[in-house]
Amino acid sequence: MSATAETPHVGRSLRRKEDPRLITGRARYIDDIVLPGTLWAAIVRSPEAHATIVSIDGSAALARDGIHAFYTSEDMSDLGGPLPLAWAPPGVEVQNPEHWPLARGTVNHVGDPVAVVLGDDRYAVVDAAEDVIVEYDPLPAITDPEAALAGAPFVHESLGTNKVHEWSLAGGDLEAGFAEAEVTLERRIVNHRIAGAPIEPRGVLADYRAGAITLWTSTQVPHFVRLFTALLLGMSEERVRVIAPEVGGGFGAKLQVYGEEILSAWASRRTGRPVKWIETRTENMAVTHQGRDQIAQVKIGAKRDGTVTAFHVKILADLGAYNMLLTPLIPSLGAFVMGGCYKIPAVQTDITGVFTNKCPTDAIRGAGRPEATHMIELMMDQLAAELGIDRLELRRMNFIPPEDFPAAVATGVVYDSGNYAGSLDKLMEHVDMAEFRREQEELRAKGVHRGIGFSTYTEICGLAPSRITGPAGVGVGAGLWESAMVRVHNTGAVTVYTGTSPHGQGLETAFAQIVADKLGVDPQVVEVMHGDTATGPEGRGTYGSRSLANGGEAIARATDKVVAKAAKIVAHELEAAPEDIEVRGGKFSVKGSPDKGLTLAEVAGIAYIGAVPEGMEPGLEETMFNDPENFVFPFGAHACVVDVDADTGKVKVVRYVAVDDCGNPVNPMLIDGQVHGGIAFGIGQALYERIHYDEDGQLVTGTFVDYALPTAAELPSFETDRTVTPSPTNSMGVKGVGEAGTIAASAAVNNAVIDALRPLGVDFINMPLSPMRVWQAIEEAKG
Amino acid sequence: MIPAEFDYTRAGSLSEAIQALEQGGEDAKLLAGGHSLIPLMKLRLAAPSLLVDIGRLPGLGGIERENGGWRIGALARHADVAGTAELGIVARAAGTIADPQVRNRGTIGGSLAHGDPASDLPAVLLALEGSVTVQGSGGQRSLSAQELFLDYMETAIAPGEVLTEVRVPALDGWGFGYQKFNRRSEDWAMVAVSAVVRASGGVCEDVRIGLTNMGSVPLRATAAEAALRGKPLDGESIAAAAEQAAEGTDPPADLNASADFKRHLARVLCGRALQEAAAVA
Amino acid sequence: MSDPVPVSLTVNGVEHQLEVEPRRLLVHALRDDLGLTGTHVGCDTSNCGACTVHLDGKPVKSCTIFAVQAEGAEVTTVEGLGTESQLHAVQEAFWNDHGLQCGYCTPGMMMAAAGLLAENADPSEAEVRHALEGNLCRCTGYHNIVKAVLDAAKTKGPTIGAQS
Repeated sequence: MSATAETPHVGRSLRRKEDPRLITGRARYIDDIVLPGTLWAAIVRSPEAHATIVSIDGSAALARDGIHAFYTSEDMSDLGGPLPLAWAPPGVEVQNPEHWPLARGTVNHVGDPVAVVLGDDRYAVVDAAEDVIVEYDPLPAITDPEAALAGAPFVHESLGTNKVHEWSLAGGDLEAGFAEAEVTLERRIVNHRIAGAPIEPRGVLADYRAGAITLWTSTQVPHFVRLFTALLLGMSEERVRVIAPEVGGGFGAKLQVYGEEILSAWASRRTGRPVKWIETRTENMAVTHQGRDQIAQVKIGAKRDGTVTAFHVKILADLGAYNMLLTPLIPSLGAFVMGGCYKIPAVQTDITGVFTNKCPTDAIRGAGRPEATHMIELMMDQLAAELGIDRLELRRMNFIPPEDFPAAVATGVVYDSGNYAGSLDKLMEHVDMAEFRREQEELRAKGVHRGIGFSTYTEICGLAPSRITGPAGVGVGAGLWESAMVRVHNTGAVTVYTGTSPHGQGLETAFAQIVADKLGVDPQVVEVMHGDTATGPEGRGTYGSRSLANGGEAIARATDKVVAKAAKIVAHELEAAPEDIEVRGGKFSVKGSPDKGLTLAEVAGIAYIGAVPEGMEPGLEETMFNDPENFVFPFGAHACVVDVDADTGKVKVVRYVAVDDCGNPVNPMLIDGQVHGGIAFGIGQALYERIHYDEDGQLVTGTFVDYALPTAAELPSFETDRTVTPSPTNSMGVKGVGEAGTIAASAAVNNAVIDALRPLGVDFINMPLSPMRVWQAIEEAKG
Repeated sequence: MIPAEFDYTRAGSLSEAIQALEQGGEDAKLLAGGHSLIPLMKLRLAAPSLLVDIGRLPGLGGIERENGGWRIGALARHADVAGTAELGIVARAAGTIADPQVRNRGTIGGSLAHGDPASDLPAVLLALEGSVTVQGSGGQRSLSAQELFLDYMETAIAPGEVLTEVRVPALDGWGFGYQKFNRRSEDWAMVAVSAVVRASGGVCEDVRIGLTNMGSVPLRATAAEAALRGKPLDGESIAAAAEQAAEGTDPPADLNASADFKRHLARVLCGRALQEAAAVA
Repeated sequence: MSDPVPVSLTVNGVEHQLEVEPRRLLVHALRDDLGLTGTHVGCDTSNCGACTVHLDGKPVKSCTIFAVQAEGAEVTTVEGLGTESQLHAVQEAFWNDHGLQCGYCTPGMMMAAAGLLAENADPSEAEVRHALEGNLCRCTGYHNIVKAVLDAAKTKGPTIGAQS
C-alpha cells in the first residue's frame, strides 16, 4: 500500500481554514460565551508583596444589590488539595509550599488572590470587590534572588530556606576540559523576567449542573485542567468537561492549571449557577505566570585555535513565590541543549531555584531554551573576540558536522539531524559582510553605530518521549505522548480529533493537509476538532513546539491505519492484494489501473453499510497514541542588524534575516508566520520588555503602558529562508517551529548591539538593552 | 477596567456646562474626548462623581487664523491639529501623541487642562508663549501658558471654569524643531524638547525652548535660550546652548530614565531640536 | 446605581436605542448589549487597540469611550466591515497573507488598517507601521499584517462605509 498524490497539499502554503471566522468577528473566545443566569466573579487581590492576612471583611460587599456570594479560603476547605506541581525529579529535593486558589494565612506576591465576590453584573462585582476590607500585617519583601539565597528572611517561613531545589546535568569531563583550555572566559549573563502577554487575557466560564461540570477556559492544556479540576473538586473525571474555545494566544502563559480555573469551578458547584471570570490586563501582568529570570555565571574554555573544550553554566533561577505546574523544571529544559550546535566534549549546567515575593515563573515561549541559546551564543562571540578569530569562523570550526548525526552530545541527548554549516551558508547568501562593513564605516562617520549580530542555534522540542521526560526520567508526572482520532464519515468527509490544543498556530489547516494527502481528499472536507475533553481521546495540549512533530505524527499514523483498512476493503472489492492498492487522483485503485478505483466516499459507504470483508469491523475510524522515540532538534542561523544612537542609547533593529530548518515543511506560510512572531518575541525581550519589581516587591511594570510590547512601528519586516533537513524521528520528517524564532533571536540582537558598541569600548552588555542601560554602558566605557 | 459610578449630564450649552460644574462641586469633571480622564477612571485612579459632557457643544471646535495668531477650539481633536500643517510645531507635536485612534478622540483642550507634564502639548504651548481662554459663571479670562500650569496635573483653571480655546502666535518666519524621545512611538515622552527660532543674517534673534517631562510642570530651558540669543545660529553655538538645556531642572526618575539620564536626553534633544529649527529658520 | 441614560446610535447601519449606565464603556455596549463580540478587549490602558471600531468614520478605541458619548454616532465594527461572502479588501488580504494567527487582535488591527486606507489609499510601509502603532499583536511580529495592509491598498478594494 502506498499513497501517491499527484498534487500533494503538504508542502504548499494553503491559506488557513481557521481564518473566515476570525476575520469576520465570528470566532468565539471565552468572553464571547454567554450562559443564562451567570454570576460574574471579581477577585480581591493582595496589594502587599508579603504579608500575614489578619482579617477579611466582606460584609459591605455582600450588602450591595446584586451581590450573591463572597468567599475566602475558609469556605474552600472541601478542596481536595493545593494547586499542582507536576514535576518530581527522582532523587532531587524540591521545596513545595502549598499554593491555594485563595490565599491561606499569608499572601506572597502582589496580586495573590484573597477573596472572591460573585454577582449578577460585570460592573457591580468590581465595585463590591473594592468594598472588601482586608487587614494585612506586612512581612519583609524578598525580591533579590541572590540575597534570598543567603538566608532569612524567608518567603515561606515554615520552610526555613528560600532555596527551592538544585538540579544538575553534566556530561563529559569538565575538569579535563577546562584543564585542556588555553583560554577561559567568564561572564555574568542575566536573562530578565518577561511576560507571555497574549493579547487575550485569561478567562473561565464554569457551569456546574446535575453533578457534572463544563469548564470553558482560555488554556493550552484542557486535559490537564480537567484532570486537576476533577482531583481538586473530588469529582470523577468523566463528570468534568473542559473546553478551550478560541484562544487568543498563549505563549506558555496558558500552559497552566490556574487557581482561577479551580475557583470558578468550585464556586459554580457551590452556587449552582454558571460563574464567569475574565482577567483584566492589570491582573494578567500581576498573576499570570511569567518567564525567564535567570542570573547565570557562564564559563567557556577553548584552545587558542578556537576549539571549545568545556562549557559550564551555573544558573540562579528566580522562580517567584510558588511552584506552579512546571515552575522549577523550566530552566532544566535549556540544559539539554546548553552546548548549542557545537561539539563540546564537556558541558555542565547547575541550576539553583529560589523563592522570591514575585509572581511565579513557568513556561514562556521557549522555556529554558532561549536562555541556553542566549548564553552559548553570547559566549561564542566573546570567545571569538578574545581569540581574535572571526565569530562565524569560530562557529564553523566547532559545529557538529552533518556526518555526525544522529549526534550524541555531552548533555546525554541525541540530536536527531542537523546541517549547521548549511544553514549558516544559506544565511550568508543574504548577508554580504564586506558590504556591511563598508556601510558600517560610512555610518560611523555620521555618528550612527551600526552592528551585526549572529545566532546559530539548535533547540530541543516536540515534547516529548515519555521514557525521557516521564516520572522515571526527568520527572514530569505525565507521559507527553499525543493522540489522534481520524473519523471518515459515511460521505467521505473527515473529522480529525487531536489532543493538541492550537491557539493560533494554524494546525486546523496543517493537519488537514496531512490527512487530505493520505486519503486523497480535499483539505476543505477535513475538519480538525480540538480543545474539548468530551470529544476525541485523551490529549496533552499545545506547547513545547510539539503539535506537529508529536500531534501531527499521531494524526499521520492514525490516518495510515485508516488507509490500511480502506485498502483492505478496496482490495476485497477489486479482487486485488491490499499491498497493490494506492491512493491516486482521489481514488483508491490498483497500481497500474488508475481508472478502476473507489473514492474515499465509496469506501466509507461500504464500511458503514457493513459490506466489509469477513472478520473486519464495520466503520472507518482509527485512533493513535504517538509516543515519540526522540525529541526533534530544529536549528538555524539568524542575523540581526541594529543601529545604536550613541547619544541616547536607543537601539533600532534595521534588518533581521532568519534561516530556519524545521525539517520537511507542511505549510511554508505557517512556518514563516511562526518564525516572524518568534523573532518579534525575542527582539521584544532584548530591547523593550521587562517585568520589574521594586525592592518592596511592588510590580512596576503592571500594565501595557509600562510593559512595552513592541508595535509595528518599532520593528522592520523580516527576511526568512529555509534549509530542509528532515528529522528521522517521525514519518513526515518534520520538526517544531513555534519557539525557534524566539530561541534564536535575543542572542542575535544582543550580539549585534555589542558589535555596534565595540568601537566605543563596550565589549559586553546584558539585556534589557534599554536606552538608559546602553547609554550608561557607553558612559562607563568612557571611564 | 471598570470605572466607578458617576452621574452624567450632557450639556446643551456652555452656560449649562458651567452651571452643572458649579453645582457638581469639587468632584465634577468635564468630559470632552475623555482620553486623559477615562484611562485614569478605568484604573480607578480617578473617580469623579459627575461628568459634564461637552463633547458635542457647538462653537468649541475649529482652527482659525486670526490676526497674528491661531485660535484653536478646545474640542479640536489631535488629529485635526496634526492635519493643519500651518500650525507648525503644534501640528508636529500633536501628530506624535500616542496613536491614530487616540488622536482621533483626544482634544487639545482636554490635554492642556489635564496638565500632565509628560504630554506633548503643554511644553509646546509654553515655548510658543501661547494662552488659553477659560470661561466661568463670572465671565471669561485668559491664562498664559506660564500661568496655566501650577504643579503636577494641576492647572490654574478654577472649578466651574471651562477651557474654551487655545491661542498661539503664528510665529511666521520662525523655524521650529520638535524632538521627542520615547521607547515606542505610542509612548509618552521620556523627554521632549520643542524649539522655535527666529534668525536674521545667520544670527539667532530670538529662541524659545520648551521641555516636556523634565519636572512637575512643563518648563522653559531659559539658560539655553539665553546662551543662544544673539549668537550665530551655527553648530557650535547650538551645541553650547544645548549644554545648558537641563539647567535648573529636577526631573522625576522612573524605571526607564534616571534624573541624570533625563537631563542628558534634554541636552541631546535640545541640540537636535535647535538644529532642526535652525535649518528652516 | 447612577440613573441609566438613553443612547441612540447606529451600528453597522442599524439603529439601536439603549439604556445604559453612564459608565458603560462603548466596547461593552457593543459586545454585551448588542452581541457584537468581534470587538475585543486586550488591556485596560488604551494601548492594545483590540477594541478598535470606527466612530463616525474614524478608528477609535471603544474601551476609552463611554457609550453615552456615542449618542447619535455611526459606529462600524468588524461585523460591519465585510461579510463572509463579501469580504472587505483588508479582510481578504489578511487571509491571503496570513496576517493573523490567534485572531484576537485581528478585528482591531483590520479596523485600524481600514481607517488608514480610507485616508491614504497608497501608503508606504513606514506609513502603515506608523498607522498601526496603537495596535498590539503578539503572534505575527507584524510582518504579514503590514504586508496585508499594503496588498489591500494595491487591490483598491471598496472603502469602508459611505461615511469614510
